[in-house]
Amino acid sequence: MVNKPVDSNSWRSALALGLIAILGTALLAVVNQLTRDRIDEQERRAVLKQLEQLVPAQRYDNAMHDDVYTFVDSRWFPGDQLVTVYRARRQGQPVAAVFRLLARDGYNGDIRLLVGVNVNGTLAGVRVISHKETPGLGDAIETSRSNWILDFDGRSLDQPQLRDWAVKRDGGVFDQFTGATITPRAVVNAVRRTLEYYADHRDAVFSRLAEPPTAKAN
Amino acid sequence: MNTTDYSRILANGVWHQNTGLVVLLGLCPLLAVTGTVINGLGLGLATLLTLITTNLAVSLARGVIRPEIRIPAYVLIIASTVTVIQMLMQAWWHELYQVLGIFIPLIVTNCAIIGRAEAFASRNPPLPALLDGFATGLGFCLTLVLLGGLRELLGRGTLFSQAQLMFGAAGENLQLQVIPQHPGFLIAILPPGAFIGLGLLIAARNGLQARAANRRLRRPNGDVDVRTVSMENT
Repeated sequence: MVNKPVDSNSWRSALALGLIAILGTALLAVVNQLTRDRIDEQERRAVLKQLEQLVPAQRYDNAMHDDVYTFVDSRWFPGDQLVTVYRARRQGQPVAAVFRLLARDGYNGDIRLLVGVNVNGTLAGVRVISHKETPGLGDAIETSRSNWILDFDGRSLDQPQLRDWAVKRDGGVFDQFTGATITPRAVVNAVRRTLEYYADHRDAVFSRLAEPPTAKAN
Repeated sequence: MNTTDYSRILANGVWHQNTGLVVLLGLCPLLAVTGTVINGLGLGLATLLTLITTNLAVSLARGVIRPEIRIPAYVLIIASTVTVIQMLMQAWWHELYQVLGIFIPLIVTNCAIIGRAEAFASRNPPLPALLDGFATGLGFCLTLVLLGGLRELLGRGTLFSQAQLMFGAAGENLQLQVIPQHPGFLIAILPPGAFIGLGLLIAARNGLQARAANRRLRRPNGDVDVRTVSMENT
């Protein structure tokens, strides 16, 4: 066994396998090269499309998609989450900030939200990017299912007063859905916390330097 | 290969050996994405394209792939193909890709694909292998679309909702509200609905098969008898 020469079949097999690996890798490299720019562009467009639902294009003139920074602050955004902030400016003046964050206390996993805050502290709007809430019950937070989430437009920490920033079940002013309280409660609380964070950090939100774009947003 | 063989390959892929309804392979994506027709169609077409490409590649390479390295060789071919399809989808059907998400890369693990490579493509010339990939993929795609249609119709009362994910702006008007004022039938959309729906489809297919077999049996000159038909199914 010790000095048994490797037979030619093994060599042929190794060669064939290596050849297939090289061909496969070459193919992937070529396709990657061909599609990379377009994929970047598509991802950028997808994010912009979401942002523009909250801050329409005519309100700002900067590259909002690139004027971005991220932070972790478990006091307002619990659960070690990375919050992303996009800043909209017009002629250098701050217009609005859009926070991308998670509501971690949904009925079934995280609810990914975009919360747009105008520079004066009113809400430009709130949208759900993704969630795993029960279809037919909790999914009324989507704009395609109901208008519930549009109720946030124009609200602020004074409108309603802070103690009313809750779903009706908890003594607040926001509707819950039939059969689903946990989902709207999670969204309302996450929006309120974002507004509180903004009230505390207003200057920092717009003065922090933009981070270079990362390859992939979370 | 004559025409009978080709039509047999087609009939096997779509009906007698249907991946979703008879062989019961690749059930994870099948059950997970079939909430709507469009989701089913999206994954179905991606799987179809994968099967055509991998079957063709495996058949072309069958001269150099010795039995002992066939599994790693198939895995390499399948993984490369799926990654290429994933990149193409990301570039041209980005929204649909986001909806189908993890299930596109997971096509790699669909046993139906390595199954066809092993059972058919590695033993047949390129043209029949290509046709077998097409037929198997078509069968799988049809199952996904049927199950997606069944669940969407019962669960939401619509068909072809969110067609713009696949067809762009032209698809926005494709949605059919088949049942007006549909209150929503949750269980059809939730995971149990996928299992129940698949069960119903399998039962319907078996019912059709049994009826056809009975009819052939009653005809005195029929050359197929019911036992061979049921053998074929198992």
